[in-house]
This record gives sequence, structure tokens and C-alpha cells, in this order.
Amino acid sequence: MAYASIAEDKNEMHHPKTWIGKYVWSQDHKVIAIQYMCTAVAIGLVALVLSGLMRMQIGFPGSLGFITPEAYYQYITMHGMIMVIYLLTALLLGGFGNLLVPLMLGARDMVFPFVNMLSFWVYLLSVLILVSSFFVPGGPTGAGWTLYPPQSVLPGTPGINGGIILMLLSLAVFIIAFTMGGLNYVVTILQARTRGMTLMRMPLSIWGIFIATILALLAFPALFVGAIMMMLDRVVGTSFFMPAVVSLGQQLEYGGGSPILFQHLFWFFGHPEVYIVALPAFGIVSDLISVHARKNIFGYRMMVWAIAIIGLLSFVVWAHHMYVSGMNPYFGYFFATTTLIIAVPTALKVYNWILTLWQGNIHMRVPMLFSIGFIFTFINGGLTGLFLGNVSVDVPLSGTYFVVAHFHMVMGVSPILVIFGALYHWYPKITGRMYNDNLGKIHFWFTFVGSYCIYFPMHYLGFLGVPRRYYELGETLNIPASAATLNQIITVAALFVIFSQVLFFYNFISSYFWGEKSGPNPWGATTLEWQTEHNPATHGNWGAKLPVVYRWAYDYSVPGADKDFIPQNEPADGKTQHHET
Amino acid sequence: MGIRNIVRELMVQPWLVNDYASENDTDESKLSELAAPMGLRVYFAVASVMFSLIVVMYLMRMGWGHPEFGFDWVSTAKPWMLWVNTAILVLTSVIFQKARGAAKRGDTNRLQIDLLAAGLLSFAFLAGQLLVWRELIAGGYFLTNSPANSFFYMITAIHGLHMLGGLVAWTRTAGKLWSGVEMRKVGLSVDLCAIYWHFLLVVWLVMFYLMLVT
Repeated sequence: MAYASIAEDKNEMHHPKTWIGKYVWSQDHKVIAIQYMCTAVAIGLVALVLSGLMRMQIGFPGSLGFITPEAYYQYITMHGMIMVIYLLTALLLGGFGNLLVPLMLGARDMVFPFVNMLSFWVYLLSVLILVSSFFVPGGPTGAGWTLYPPQSVLPGTPGINGGIILMLLSLAVFIIAFTMGGLNYVVTILQARTRGMTLMRMPLSIWGIFIATILALLAFPALFVGAIMMMLDRVVGTSFFMPAVVSLGQQLEYGGGSPILFQHLFWFFGHPEVYIVALPAFGIVSDLISVHARKNIFGYRMMVWAIAIIGLLSFVVWAHHMYVSGMNPYFGYFFATTTLIIAVPTALKVYNWILTLWQGNIHMRVPMLFSIGFIFTFINGGLTGLFLGNVSVDVPLSGTYFVVAHFHMVMGVSPILVIFGALYHWYPKITGRMYNDNLGKIHFWFTFVGSYCIYFPMHYLGFLGVPRRYYELGETLNIPASAATLNQIITVAALFVIFSQVLFFYNFISSYFWGEKSGPNPWGATTLEWQTEHNPATHGNWGAKLPVVYRWAYDYSVPGADKDFIPQNEPADGKTQHHET
Repeated sequence: MGIRNIVRELMVQPWLVNDYASENDTDESKLSELAAPMGLRVYFAVASVMFSLIVVMYLMRMGWGHPEFGFDWVSTAKPWMLWVNTAILVLTSVIFQKARGAAKRGDTNRLQIDLLAAGLLSFAFLAGQLLVWRELIAGGYFLTNSPANSFFYMITAIHGLHMLGGLVAWTRTAGKLWSGVEMRKVGLSVDLCAIYWHFLLVVWLVMFYLMLVT
């Protein structure tokens, strides 16, 4: 293994002189991380507003006159695509990946800083292309975030003129950006760790980001080639995915293509995608829990293996999204089996988080609150995933609000809680100041309880058979009036949660200017990013000499030690004994 | 790296405080020379996944093993130009290998000739592929009138775009060589170009064979 100080050779680093070179066209991973985070949050706010509009239509149909059926489908599609890809993936990999990887590994920067900078600007380009689809005639595509053909390229679906083309183009550009970024993370993790930083001394945040990056590199090509082929179908008239079809009374010139082929391609990408979002969250929450419970993560090696195995298995479960697609039923047998198997390492991680908290010196700080909130919501969402993983149970629940509740719990609530926890946790590192603690706690409780109020009752709507992606239910025989009342309650809860986020933004912005200085290591964390020369870290991260690592990332509450934590770069002193994990 | 190394690393007991710092010390000055080839190989994995998916889709669409699914499959014509282009690509790989040797020996003159030749031949390959397209269109084999044609145009387009990307790198390498950058760095760039071209050759051979036999 090459643990080498990529920047002992400081000549290799790029040293900008101008303000534009330092903060705009920056090759510094910390600046690029902020750029990713701000862009992702900005586009995420657009998607959040869209969700508010959707909930208004669902809870109070017709209340907002401009929400036509076409507009509703456009909102669903853009909300979903933005949230999954342009917010969660970008924030977790682009944002936290860029911020944490060099700092936690003791490197000065990524191994390909120019490509890193390029990756952000290409990502920004993809966001701009996506936003431009709102402004073309016909508006953005309304095909659902899954973009299933043939409907997505046929009249009757909104956005058929420009929207779908811009969506596919934006996805292709995004994938190029994240391939560039992914190359950086993988090679930096394998090549640029500082002296003493073995793979098994890396914090779990890095392991999560590392495996998620490998997943991204291997899964995105499937979406890329699917997007290219769908674009050819739409623009040129090929029939990769288009069967012989009559549209608006006319036989079209397509024929011979397979819509299910697109579904296989999309979900071959789509399932690893959800683990690309989940694995960094898993890794980060492990670190948050350790730091704020002053306890080593329980079963570190098994946590690493679990992340790796989940990553591997995520490639063989994709068709559990396709049980009702009409594919060969024997496939359902196979994929249900693999889906239940992947639950095992995932559950193992949940047990280990809980066992880490057990008898720990738990500090109920804001990051810890969000981590505990994550555990609750992830268990909830994961259990409902077991329901949906079984074919016969999925058949009646597919396409209902049960599915919506499940994936929002595991993708929308849990990783977002981790992201909030991580933002609060690393806020002192990025800004050098502390956030307002009371506001943070209020933000947590409003968000956590509010999200539960949104998604827990939604499962019952699913059991009733209330279908998803419907503009309005009207007078439907099998759906009682109480479902409409429940939808109103959920809408009110949703609006409450949406508006509560003002607390978060106010807190972060005001604390940036007026928060008290945090000092270099306010949480007493062992990981390297807190041991930099300056706080916030400056260009080059470490000053003249890179740190040397002597221990793993979890020496908390070690018997015989002076303090309740020992930083990774502190040598052995003979006094302390190690914990059995 | 080795699978055994990885397994050994994962079995280690990380809570023990050892001084690993002195083990496995790598020559640090070589770091940036290790990073770029590794990055390129990771990129090969990404591109391989994409090309493999295309192969799988191609086989499914033509009904490989299931004649009932490929009933509408009509093989595309194979203009003889394709064989010429393939030969050009093989030649380019050979010349790039020679260029690597020249760079190692420090033979700047030889390297200049080889690099120029390889680049020009690659442009010739791309031009040849465009000529193949023209011939197919003239023969009535359009993008949309048969799945085999659609796949042919798409595969050659994606391969060609990768070649174009490689030519961007080639341009930068040539720029380094002609502006007198030290031979070690030029040699690294030439190495990277060479293995990238070998990769594209392998991809082309697989795709070409596939399209020939179906």
C-alpha cells in the first residue's frame, strides 16, 4: 500500500494568487466541497418547494389553481430527480466526499485537483440544464423520476418537446461530472493516505464514501447508456425501447424495442444509487455516534465488511423494483432472495450503532440527536422495505403510498437527518464558529417529529390501496373519506416541516457572522480533520509537515488515558491499554 | 494491490496501537506517477461496464439463444473500409508501444515521430469511420430502420467519441513534448495515452467481432 505524502512534494500543489483563483476557480477541495454543498442545497430548496406544492394538491385538491394535472406530474418528476440525484448524491459524495476525504486521510488535497474543480463546474452545468427545462415550451418532463418509456417520449406526457431531452442531457452531464469526482475519491483514498493511515485505520465516514464512490462509478454507466438510447429514440426515432405503438390514434414508426429493457437498465443503476446515498450516511453516522457518545464504534471491522458487502450485493437486487413490470416471475424469486439477504449486513450495522450507544457517555448535542433520529427512521423505513421485498406482499402495495412512505423514510428522512447532523457536527470545522445550540435542538425536534407525522400515517394510506402519482382521487369507491382527512393532516405536517427549515438556515447564516469561536476541536474528536494547524483549515491543510498516524479513529474513553479521547496522530505512550471492542 | 493484501488488511486489529508508519514505506517522489495510471485504470472499469452493458443489450435485442425475439434482426452491411480502420487502429497501438519505448530511452526524435504518427493515424481512423457511415447511408442502412443499424451507429459513435477524448489527451502530450517538458513527465503522458489506445483497440475488436458474426 502506498501511504505517501502526496504533498511532501509541495511543488505539485496549485497555489492561486487571486480571489477568483482562490474562491471561484478553486482547486482546493474544501472550497469545492462548499461549492457542491451550496449548489446542492439551492436546487434542493427548489425540490422542497415543489413537494410543498404537491402536498397542497394532494391534501387540498384544487386549492392552488395553477396546479393542473400536467403540472402535478412535472412536479413529481422534478422533485424526485432533483432530490435523489442532484441533492443527495451531490451533497453526500460531492460535498462531504470532497470535504472529508483529504482531511481525514492526512492529505493536502485530492490527487487530481484540476479534475476535481472541473467536476464541480460540470455538475453546476448539469443543474443549469435541468433548471432550463422549466423554461422551455411545454415545461419539464412529467414522466416520473423513473422516466419509463414509451410514455416518457410520447405525446400525452408533459415535457415531450424540450423537457425530456434536457432531462436526459442533464443526467448525462451529471454522470460525466461524477465520474471525474469518483476517480478522484477512489485514487486519493488508495494512494494519498498519510504515513501510518492504513485502510483499517480510516474512519467509517471514509469507508462509506469510498464504497459508495465505487458503486457510483460502476452503476452510473447503466443510466448513461440508457439516457443516450432514450435520447436517440426521442430525437432521431430509433426503437431501442419503443415497441410498435399507436399514439393519439396514429401508428407510429417505432417498433421492436423493449420498454422493460429500459427498466432493467434504469434499476441496475437505480438500486446501487440508493446505496450510493445510504452508505456515506451510514459511515458518517457511525462517526457522529462515536464522537458524541465518547465510545469506539462497536465492531469496526464488521462495520467495514458490512459496508463492502452491502455495496457488492446492491448490484444483484435491482429487479425488486420490477416485480409488477411483467418480467419473468422466476426473476422475482431470485431478486426477492437477494433483497432479503442484503437486509442482513444492514441490520448488523443497526445493531452495532445501538451497541455503540449502549452504556456510552452520551452527550445529547444536536449531531447526536440527529443520529438517534436517523436510527429510528432508518429502522422504520428498513422494516417496511422487508415488506416490499417480498413479491407477493409487493403486488398489492406496489404503486401505493406504502412505497412512497417507505422510500421517503429510508431516502428522504434518514439520510437528510444524517446530513443535518453532519452539517452541525462539521460546522465548527468549516467556519471556525459554533452554531446556536437551542435553535439547533428546536430544528431537530420540529424536523424529526414532523417527518414522522408525515410518513408514518402514509403507510396506512398504502394499505388502503391509495395509489401514488395520482393528481386527485375524486370519488373512489374503495378509498374511504378518512383517507382524504389523513392526507390533509399529512399536508399540514409537511408544510410545518418545510417552514421549520428556516430555523436551520437562520442558524447557520447568523452563526457564520456572530457565532462564538469554536476552537480547533470543540467535540474532542480523534479523527485527523480536527487536528489541523489552523481552524478552519487553510490551503494545504497541515502546515509544513503532514501528520503521522499511530492509532485508529476510535480511541475514546481509553482506560488509563488523560482525556477521554486520543487523537489519531498521537503516538503510543505506554500508559494506556486498549479496549476489547 | 492483491486480494491477499486486502484480506490481510481487513483482518488486522485496528485498536492496537502500533507504529505502522515505518512499514511499507513507498518512495514518495513517485506518488503522482502512481496516481495517474491508477486513475486511468479505474476509468477503464467504468467504460468497460458501459460497453459490457451495450454488448448485453445487443445480444438480447438480436435474440441470441432466443430466435423468437430476434425475428426482425437484419444484419447491417459491413463495408470493407471497416477492415482498413481496424488495421489502422492496430497500427496505432503498435506505434504507441514504440513511443513508450522511445520515451524510456530518452530518444526525443523517435518519440516525436511516433507520437505524431499515432495521432495522425487516429484522426485517419475517425475519418474512416465517418466514411463507413456515409457508405451505409448511401446503401440505405439508416439509423432508424433496423435495430442492427441503430446499434451499429450508436456503438461506433460512442467508440469514436472516446477516441476523440483520447486525442485531446494526445494533443496535450504532444504539447508537453514539443515545449520541452522533462522526459519523465512526457513519458508518463505517453504511457497513459498508449494504454488508453490499447483499451480502445480491445473494445473495438470485441464490438467489431460481435457485429461481424451477427
